[in-house]
Amino acid sequence: MDLKDKLVSSFMAFENNVDVEHPVHDIRSEAIKNFEDKGFPTKKEEAWKYTSLNSLQKIDFSIFPKEVNALEYKEVKRFFIHEIDTYKIVFIDGIYSSFLSETTHDGVDICLMSSALTKPMYKQVIDVYFNKIASKDDSLTTLNTAFSREGAYIYIPKNKMPKKPIEILHFSTGNETSLMIQPRSLIIAEENAELQVIERHQSLTTNEVLTNSVTEIFAAENAIVDYYKVQNDSNNASLIDNTYINQKSKSVVKLHTFSFGGKLTRNNLNFYQNGEHIDSIMKGVTIIGDKQHVDHHTLVHHIEPNCESHQDYKGIYGENSTGVFNGKIIVDKIAQKTNAFQQNNNILVSDKATINTKPQLEIFADDVKCSHGCTIGQLDEDALFYLQSRGIPKKEARALLMYAFANNVLESVRIPELKSRINKLIAKKLGVNLGFDL
Amino acid sequence: MLKINNLHAGVEGNEILKGINLEVKAGEVHAIMGPNGSGKSTLSAVITGKEEFEIAEGNIEFNNEDLADDSPEERAHKGIFLSFQYPVEIPGVSVTNFMKTAINESRKAKGLEDMPANQMLKLIREKAELLAIDRKFLSRSLNQGFSGGEKKRNEIFQMAMLEPKLAILDETDSGLDIDALRIVANGVNKLKSKDNAIIVITHYQRLLDYIVPDFVHVMHEGRIVKSGTKELALELEEKGYDWIKQEATV
Repeated sequence: MDLKDKLVSSFMAFENNVDVEHPVHDIRSEAIKNFEDKGFPTKKEEAWKYTSLNSLQKIDFSIFPKEVNALEYKEVKRFFIHEIDTYKIVFIDGIYSSFLSETTHDGVDICLMSSALTKPMYKQVIDVYFNKIASKDDSLTTLNTAFSREGAYIYIPKNKMPKKPIEILHFSTGNETSLMIQPRSLIIAEENAELQVIERHQSLTTNEVLTNSVTEIFAAENAIVDYYKVQNDSNNASLIDNTYINQKSKSVVKLHTFSFGGKLTRNNLNFYQNGEHIDSIMKGVTIIGDKQHVDHHTLVHHIEPNCESHQDYKGIYGENSTGVFNGKIIVDKIAQKTNAFQQNNNILVSDKATINTKPQLEIFADDVKCSHGCTIGQLDEDALFYLQSRGIPKKEARALLMYAFANNVLESVRIPELKSRINKLIAKKLGVNLGFDL
Repeated sequence: MLKINNLHAGVEGNEILKGINLEVKAGEVHAIMGPNGSGKSTLSAVITGKEEFEIAEGNIEFNNEDLADDSPEERAHKGIFLSFQYPVEIPGVSVTNFMKTAINESRKAKGLEDMPANQMLKLIREKAELLAIDRKFLSRSLNQGFSGGEKKRNEIFQMAMLEPKLAILDETDSGLDIDALRIVANGVNKLKSKDNAIIVITHYQRLLDYIVPDFVHVMHEGRIVKSGTKELALELEEKGYDWIKQEATV
């Protein structure tokens, strides 16, 4: 049985474990039909031209873990930003781990999607927000919607700000030979609210994992959302990340994506600007090697006037790795005075690495400033010589230059401990010890 | 210290240096002058080991060892330093961290432990003072947004930190106003000793008012066509390069 058929037939088993009378289940049933019609995207679709899901579909993934697995904190401590105090929403093989988590209902809700989807007290919020900006026809999103049951649920009321950053961690134990996980998260920042989120998917073994995740983020007037995705997974872990962000007037959403590893990583990042004076910021650093594949597909839809969007993606591709950047910007006719900037710079450090980069601008307004630029290059030989002439060996000199290349994306990381962690990951990724904390 | 014998070198078969002979002894200051395109910068790049240049004939000896097989970093570890005409910007890496890396990599190559942090700090402070560099400057990203003068001063600061045996200053005076020139030249003069040597590559005489050379060489079309003492530099300043070119063709 291929993966699609397996998923469709698993839906019945899934229904045995959820409340089919709940209104959300109508949404799920609708979604599975859609997925059944569409199936997985193929390379014939423009958006999937450079990313093939064929080989993943040949793997016999378990759709649900056979049992509840546990982990000791010390086994996974290194994946947390443990130097600082954080709220933690932790999942093991897709199942919530209360032992590793630290949630709260003290003025804000930092808890679980399974509660939000079942408990009456959340019904009003779910009615208003759940599946409201997630695509109804993107097949992978609808697949996730069909199986939506667990993930992070964060609700920050008006004028509130959680006391500390929130970490969302998904661990895979490898207790299944191959496991598919479909986390579904909902994050709401009401008027004037502010929050910081760090999201990470981490496989603990070399067994196959496929994560198809959907996150909906709502930023109301004046809200500030600072979101970090850390992707540094094993070579048999694949991630399809579908993130949908709805912004209202004067809100600022800043999203950093650090893609340092995984078998196949696809980031579908969608921003919708439903208001004026909105700022949407997308930054990314990709450093991969082996046969890893990272695909960034961004969309910013400027729906109203006087808004801004900024995209800055840096990529360093080594060995046989492949990268994709596709940045789509739509400026509606009424969205005058839009400022939309997009930059994608890449370095190929190996002859066998490839990157496909493509800006896609659809501008219907006439008074806008839009700029885009993409570059693909090698390391600057003169710069390399400069560093070597100071006694820095070639390997370290190359690493320093790559670090310098990616640096401006790191400057905007607002959590110092996370920044230092990312710096260390970069140094490790580049295979050097530079003798100081970058 | 440095002995260049009949050096022919170039890029992809295109010969730029056409038989250079030069000997520099410890304690000496040599100036290499010449019009644009005469091969001055190529000579400095070949001495320091820039990969794109190939040596077709002749050799370069440093303390009686042939440098041919040494990488740029190995030459740096042996004590050769080049002050760049166009220093490269390295965002995100501070001047201090860059120097730490450079010094500790050199130490590593010599089998030494990293320099203790307090010692490093003291050294940095001492050398920064020598070049009237303030502390804020040291935490800025290397060369990023530096003025022409700051870049050159930073080059000489690096020279002070690394204490090379042979320093080549490539067009260190270009882009400097007179005050910056004086600071840079003073710095160089303080670093001068009987154990090290300096090669000053310059287009104009004015730097040589401050860093006084023992010998002046004039390059033209990849050769040293005339050598003399500092008076030669003054003569060039007065007459320009044309008479040298004519003399060379005769």
